[in-house]
Amino acid sequence: MTLGTSPTAVEKYSAAFIQHSAQSVDSPVWLDTLRKRAWSTFSEFGIPVKRRGNELWKYTNLRPLSDKDFEHGVTGSVTHNQIKALGPWDDTWDTVVVVDGIFSADLSNLHGITGLNAGSLGEAITSGSVNVEQQLASLAGREDYTFTALNTAFLDDGAYVAIAANTELAAPVHVVFVTSDSSTSKAIYPRLLVDAGANTSSVIIETHLNLADSSQLSVPVVEVFAADGSTVQHYRIQMENERSFHLGTTRVNQFADATFTSTSFAVGAQIARNDIHTLLDAPGANCTLRGLYMTNGQQQQDQEISTTHAKPHCTSDQFYKGILSGKSHAVFSGKVVVERDAQKSAATQKDLNLLLSRGAEINAKPSLEIYADDVTAAHGATAGHVDRDTLFYLQSRGVDEEAAKAILIRGFAEEILNDFKPAALYEFVERVTDERIPVLLAESDSLGTA
Amino acid sequence: MTNQNTISRESDLSGGEYKWGFVTDVETDLAPKGLSEDIVRLISAKKEEPGWLLEWRLRAYRHWVKLNESEGEPDWAMIDYPGIDYQDIYYYAAPKGTNEAPKSLDDVDPEMLATFEKLGIPLQERAALAGVAVDAVFDSVSVATTMEKQLGELGIIFCSFGNAVKNHPELVKKYLGSVVPYTDNFFATLNAAVFTDGSFVYIPPGVKCPIELMTYFRINTEGSGQFERTLIIADEGAYVSYLEGCTAPFRKTSQLHAATVELVALDNSEIKYSTIQNWFPGTPDGEGGVYNFVTKRGRADTDAKISWTQVETGSAITWKYPSVILKGDNSVGEFFSVALANNHQQADTGTKMIHIGKNTKSTIVSKGISAGKGNNTYRGQVQIMPGAENAVNHTQCDSLLVGDECGAHTVPYIEVRNPTARLEHEASTSKVSDDQLFYLMARGLSEEEAHHMIITGWSREVFKELPFEFALEAAQLLKVSLEGAVG
Repeated sequence: MTLGTSPTAVEKYSAAFIQHSAQSVDSPVWLDTLRKRAWSTFSEFGIPVKRRGNELWKYTNLRPLSDKDFEHGVTGSVTHNQIKALGPWDDTWDTVVVVDGIFSADLSNLHGITGLNAGSLGEAITSGSVNVEQQLASLAGREDYTFTALNTAFLDDGAYVAIAANTELAAPVHVVFVTSDSSTSKAIYPRLLVDAGANTSSVIIETHLNLADSSQLSVPVVEVFAADGSTVQHYRIQMENERSFHLGTTRVNQFADATFTSTSFAVGAQIARNDIHTLLDAPGANCTLRGLYMTNGQQQQDQEISTTHAKPHCTSDQFYKGILSGKSHAVFSGKVVVERDAQKSAATQKDLNLLLSRGAEINAKPSLEIYADDVTAAHGATAGHVDRDTLFYLQSRGVDEEAAKAILIRGFAEEILNDFKPAALYEFVERVTDERIPVLLAESDSLGTA
Repeated sequence: MTNQNTISRESDLSGGEYKWGFVTDVETDLAPKGLSEDIVRLISAKKEEPGWLLEWRLRAYRHWVKLNESEGEPDWAMIDYPGIDYQDIYYYAAPKGTNEAPKSLDDVDPEMLATFEKLGIPLQERAALAGVAVDAVFDSVSVATTMEKQLGELGIIFCSFGNAVKNHPELVKKYLGSVVPYTDNFFATLNAAVFTDGSFVYIPPGVKCPIELMTYFRINTEGSGQFERTLIIADEGAYVSYLEGCTAPFRKTSQLHAATVELVALDNSEIKYSTIQNWFPGTPDGEGGVYNFVTKRGRADTDAKISWTQVETGSAITWKYPSVILKGDNSVGEFFSVALANNHQQADTGTKMIHIGKNTKSTIVSKGISAGKGNNTYRGQVQIMPGAENAVNHTQCDSLLVGDECGAHTVPYIEVRNPTARLEHEASTSKVSDDQLFYLMARGLSEEEAHHMIITGWSREVFKELPFEFALEAAQLLKVSLEGAVG
């Protein structure tokens, strides 16, 4: 990813980096080294604004982001009620709250379950844990990617979830990343490290909430290690405000027979990217990546979904659905790589889109890169409006056009919504979807009859 | 219909498994190696071109120099090759004595006639029996065009590009660069600067061309590049089916082929363009072979239809995306492709369907076969512009892997900006089913025969789009090209 031109907007972040480094003199040496290396990667690439010849950003214009200034190191106050009002909540969940990138013990709700270590990443770093030192940034730093580097350059806290081997968690662990309310625009760098031990079973909910009305930047990085025989069910809820930027990255390593499932629900932000990569690093690993994205107004939502089959006998499944209205724009860029040794792999990939308005645009790129022969891989993508015949059927039974459309859109979303198993979580995504559909319809165009 | 231009009867030619690898010993008129403004002027002068065309070439050349300095060759395709030295290529190689276009076949060098004979291309009176008219292009120039007279009676123009510039400058001037402008891409720009010959077809309004038109391209000279340019215009309500075939000798050094094809389908017309690309693929160890960087695009006006069918078995590198701009309302674009990458071959090929008009419709069927150490990529773009009301696209691309050292990749780009459009894309990748193989082998077929039968059957959707005798050739070619990949 050499850009050939000088990196954009690095200077907007350099003073903050210098200041942050000066404040972090107590950090372990290894972390300091990580941050410096990450900063040098970020300063090499900057905010990617060149789109021609830059496959990763071909369809996404980050000029609005690179032009903007964000403050660092500022934070506001957040209350329990604000979090509960805006996001999913269940008292039985172990909840870790991170405000503006910093762990908040007061807002968190932890039950002290045996086998679960959930809490501050900062404390985990200073605890001297060998696992943390070995794992942190080892997945996110594997590729030279500007946004993971930007996060790591400012890394000192966040959330940490470690599940001891052979533990089956009865309730989900909920990690809430909150951007506090402030009139100024801030940059925050949420971080989550999940260490799921061998033969564990867990549900991790990652929620991004934004209490501010003004434009904010959130650059979250999540790293998940799924050890042999572990099962990790991950959910990702992105509820930024419509003026904000959200460039999230999730990196997952799966070992033998590990199962990782991630379902994303993305409705917020002016420009958002959900970049997830799973590495199937040992035989028997399988992953399912799914998601629903809904956009309206001038929103842009990117799904950058990739899986690498590095070893034989693994399966992967990518399935995303999008509903677009207004003048919004969505990108689905799916990729499955099956490496030479990964015989007996099975991979599927699907992206289905509903386009409700004339101004909306979808760019779908479901790609397969296959270097092994004993493989079955299939992918599909569709785009179109709600089916006119079905619409006509409902109308002929006395349902008016708007209501009929709402039913069809809701039905389209249902398949993904059903993935959200924890009851409080399902209620939340269902409520947000039901509130959102009238907004999408208000910005949709009537397309007449066929 | 005879099978005169099937390749099955050619079995004793030299060149190992690639049966078209022989070299013809003809005296060649070579311009010095290298690319410069002088070479562009020289090519233009050799072809006695009018000033406007030289100007166009020079604009292209200057643009290319700029591109070469700034971006260089496009690098997004999944192909890997040592850089091309553009100063180490002959940009003009013509068999001696072809400065003057031959008046009849009697004027054509017998060596060359023998070459085309050997390749199974009927240039003699047999051509009439075969039911095709042929334009034979040898290195940089067209050496013979058959049946010009008979076609002329219908008002059809089928001649070399050079002759078209001389005899029909108004048509060339009107349409040259109208679909693929000289600024289009690195290789199209290079072609615009140095193209030497190619075919020109014009079908007048309402005329259905009664026979297949065919151009046969042959690279002969070592170290030469081939830069032909084809322009086909179907006037309102016209129809033409055009075939293109190509081969090159067995050489250990790579040769560059950067062609441009422009199709203009005016209202209500139809152009069917079929290609059997069999350039020298290189040795089984990956030495030599043709680098095939080709720009092919058609424009379909109201109610017009353009159909591309390609069978790509040759070339060390294939970089080719025959496209259709669906400009007019109700226009139709089709792309049917079988691409094979065996040994060290690399193919990055697909199509672009750009829907501009209302009710436009496109169909893509792509079959990629990877064998040996070959890498095969389908790269396709379907673009629905905001005005393309009710546009429909269906894409199906399937990949087959033969052997565990090859690669099969699928990179579709789907860009939709109109909600009334309907798009469907589906793709699958697998190896030849063990059950199917077992079934056939249990009935006495060898493993290789069984593979061939399954692969041919799997490719049938595309083969059936080819004119009959071409379909036979394609199936045969696939068999020959897959030799050694199984077992």
